[in-house]
Amino acid sequence: MNIDKKIVDDLVANDVSFVTTVPCKQLAGVIEEVEAREDIFHIPSNKEDEGMGLCAGAFMGGKRPAIIMQNTAIGVTINTLATLTQFYRLPLPMIISYRGELREPVACQVEMAVHTKALLAQLNIPTYHFHWKDDVKEFDNILKYTFMCNKPVAILTDANFWGGYGDQ
Amino acid sequence: MIRSEILKEIAPILNPHLVVCNIGLPSQELHMIDDNERNFYMLGTMGLSSSIGFGLALAQDKPVISIDGDGSVLTNLGTLPTIANNATGNYTLLIIDNGSYGSTGDQPTYAGMKTNLTNVARACGCENVIEVQDKDLGPVLQEAVDSDQMTIIVCKCDSGNIKLPVITMDPVVIRHRFMEAVKG
Ligand SMILES: Cc1ncc(C[n+]2csc(CCOP(=O)(O)OP(=O)(O)O)c2C)c(N)n1
Ligand SMILES: [Mg+2]
Repeated sequence: MNIDKKIVDDLVANDVSFVTTVPCKQLAGVIEEVEAREDIFHIPSNKEDEGMGLCAGAFMGGKRPAIIMQNTAIGVTINTLATLTQFYRLPLPMIISYRGELREPVACQVEMAVHTKALLAQLNIPTYHFHWKDDVKEFDNILKYTFMCNKPVAILTDANFWGGYGDQ
Repeated sequence: MIRSEILKEIAPILNPHLVVCNIGLPSQELHMIDDNERNFYMLGTMGLSSSIGFGLALAQDKPVISIDGDGSVLTNLGTLPTIANNATGNYTLLIIDNGSYGSTGDQPTYAGMKTNLTNVARACGCENVIEVQDKDLGPVLQEAVDSDQMTIIVCKCDSGNIKLPVITMDPVVIRHRFMEAVKG
């Protein structure tokens, strides 16, 4: 199973057609796959809160959005998650590379990793952690859940899930 | 002219269209002048009016006007390259540039000093950027909305605010009626 392809297949199957991204090394493959698909409008953003604004507008325009970003962006987007996405009850699947977890080679990434789940929990954001390749099987259900409840939902994907940092 | 006078003057031009309005006094003023379901009021999230409006314009065909402020554009400057590189003709960004953070008491912004937002927008790759003085805005805005080319308008005006109550409408109500207007 190719996880990049499976993730994007599930996005398309769930009618997600507007995807914004800020890159992470672990996300390179999935971003490439998003860009390649005709069913998805891919708009890179410069900062993740900007991306969440784009997603809010796209949802109100009738499209299902998603954001692909690194977990460090939780530190960038808390105000937007609380005062826009949650306050106006907007659905937003967040496919997040969970840097700073097992098999991480860059020490600085651990500094935000240790806060990531606590911040998401503090925000009452439903959070799923993909550690094994097989965990991706839950993705389709998570997307359905997100658009059922109109909430931001976090899918944390660590280095082990992607097959080891840089080893893909 | 101050922002509330400008909004009063352009309200009839805005009225038929989808409008995303900046946090604080701009939304309160628009709400007082011409509240309708085609207005999306931002109650928080300074900086994202341009992004929300742009996402909306990309997702459907109706014209969309984002009303933004100089301070808010400065806080989300990354929006301008994104807009420039994904231009869509149904989008108009109206930056009301009063050179200050109006809602918080008119503290000066850098846009009122050495920084020129018109030049910034052009440098970011926006192709159709018009700087206009407050009293001349009406026809420029009308033409921008009517044309099928994306336009960024930087409207230079005076700082200054009027006293107004906050918007007490529930955000989900604002969002719901706006989405009905988008569909309608
Ligand atoms: C992150 C954040 N910082 C500060 C504020 C406070 N704030 C609300 S509106 C505003 C001023 C916005 O200025 P501008 O965009 O120029 O609009 P104006 O009121 O001048 O029309 C500020 C600083 C905020 N809401 N959020
Ligand atoms: Mg201002």
